[in-house]
Amino acid sequence: MLESYLSLAMKAMFVENMALAFFLGMCSFLAVSKKVETAIGLGGAVIFVLGITCPMNQALHDFLLREGALAWVHPSLATVDLSFLNFLIFIGTIAAMVQIVEMALDRYSPSLYNALGVFLPLIAVNCAILGASLFMVERDYDFAESTVFGLGSGIGWALAVIALAAIREKMRYSDVPPALRGLGITFMLTGLMAIGFMAFAGIQL
Amino acid sequence: MQIIRNALDKAAPLFEKGGRFHDFHAFFEAPDTLLFTPGEVTKGSTHIRDGMDLKRLMVTVVVALGPCVLMALYNTGYQANLAVELAGEAAIRDDFNTMLFTLLGFAPGNSTDHFANLVYGALYFLPVWITTFAVGGHIEMANAVIRKHEVNEGFLVTGFLFPLILPPTIPLWQVVLGIAFGVIVGKEIFGGTGMNVLNPALTGRAFLFFAYPAQISGDAVWIAANNVDGFSGATWLGKAAAESGALASASWFDAFVGFVPGSMGETSALACLMGAGILIATRVGSWRTMLGVVLGTVAMTLVLNAAGSDTNPMFEVPFWWHMVLGGWAFGAIFMATDPVSSAFTDTGRLLYGIGIGIVVVLIRVVNPAYPEGMMLAILFMNLFAPLFDHFVVQANINRRLARNVAA
Repeated sequence: MLESYLSLAMKAMFVENMALAFFLGMCSFLAVSKKVETAIGLGGAVIFVLGITCPMNQALHDFLLREGALAWVHPSLATVDLSFLNFLIFIGTIAAMVQIVEMALDRYSPSLYNALGVFLPLIAVNCAILGASLFMVERDYDFAESTVFGLGSGIGWALAVIALAAIREKMRYSDVPPALRGLGITFMLTGLMAIGFMAFAGIQL
Repeated sequence: MQIIRNALDKAAPLFEKGGRFHDFHAFFEAPDTLLFTPGEVTKGSTHIRDGMDLKRLMVTVVVALGPCVLMALYNTGYQANLAVELAGEAAIRDDFNTMLFTLLGFAPGNSTDHFANLVYGALYFLPVWITTFAVGGHIEMANAVIRKHEVNEGFLVTGFLFPLILPPTIPLWQVVLGIAFGVIVGKEIFGGTGMNVLNPALTGRAFLFFAYPAQISGDAVWIAANNVDGFSGATWLGKAAAESGALASASWFDAFVGFVPGSMGETSALACLMGAGILIATRVGSWRTMLGVVLGTVAMTLVLNAAGSDTNPMFEVPFWWHMVLGGWAFGAIFMATDPVSSAFTDTGRLLYGIGIGIVVVLIRVVNPAYPEGMMLAILFMNLFAPLFDHFVVQANINRRLARNVAA
């Protein structure tokens, strides 16, 4: 039992890394990777939001939205299929969680709050987070599995963004051709990082 | 020597400021400083007393690669001749290398003739090597001219490493693509030698690996002979992954010395060890990185040996086998210690090495898609090397801050 959770977490972290295998959550991945400290802050926020929203959405999906989920309310509702509301409800949960993170950061770490700027509320529309919830539905994870999956994906994404930030800090000494400076070289760097992460592609756990 | 010096001195004014070919200064500067110690001394108040500059550093690595290159020449030919000896004439490849070999008066199939082995191997290694230098060197020169900097000997090392980690049967057009990708995307877009993030030779190799898996992985590419019945062209790593107990009948010493199929220069752990001696004695390569790789490999292998598996024979491979199979030794000694793409701090280097050791065993054992994991493990850890440095530096800053507050 524990083993299967461990392999699910490893899979979410490395084999199916949200940022470098699926290229999800790219906007904040590219934008908030200039400094390691900020990247760690954003990574922490993403881990938190993913770790909470994924199991929450799983519960919502399981008890309210999927076909026949409402049978526990009344047997006559067993045929009702509300899964067309998935997107709407999932986004709602995510937005609510992000609000909570934002308020907490504003109160307890104003410097990080300022450093993250607009990208903190933008976590709400970070496709890595909605993506995790949708993968969860597609792969039929149960509550515990989706918790592990959510946390694992978050850690994987955070790891990628922190590594990218460290590389970009080192690259301040690089002499990149003027036309490539800034986002251009970051895109190429992301591609090279994806090649590095392909080391784990094909692992069957 | 004097003749060369005179010729260079005569040509020098053409490439100096105001000379006709000033734009192509790099073309003059590169051979000049490679062949002779530059006469310039530092101006101003700081004086560097050591003759050790980037060029000497890189040339030392090339010297350290010597045993591996010799081994590449000999073993490639030896494996091809052995295959023909065992499987008959059907195994003789129909390519220009073999044609040249017969034109020179040899006949493939005599693996006891050491000279013939050397010649046959050279006929496979040298075209790849020449292609690498021709293409990569010109890209390097073009970049130096366009970006107006000098050519550094960084490429000299890349140009030696890259052919050594390729299989002997690689088509030359793929060599061109691989080295071009490695040099341009792996290095030049970051500004050239010393500024890249990933090891350029490995970047090129990984590009080929993912783009053309048929020519660079599997069982058929490691020996320069056709794959017919009568012998197996699989690397020992491939065999170990395929069936349990495959290594029990094999000789560890053979794998250590390197007379086994594999990438041209990677097979011999002994040759790599000689290189390691040179690198460590001259302090060009970091012993911390090498030690880290050893520690990581041993630790991870022991864990996996203990965990065991009924279906996957790789779990039972002991660490002393991991160290002589595939590109482990070559990677740990020449690739991981690349001063640019590895970590910069001492502690960081140790951690970085341990990381490589862990990841390489993980990939080899757990990932059935790639029996060889050294290249990808090093690339993967290249990505995290700056992060190790960051934390080591931060820890140092914090320690000093704490000390000053206390005082």
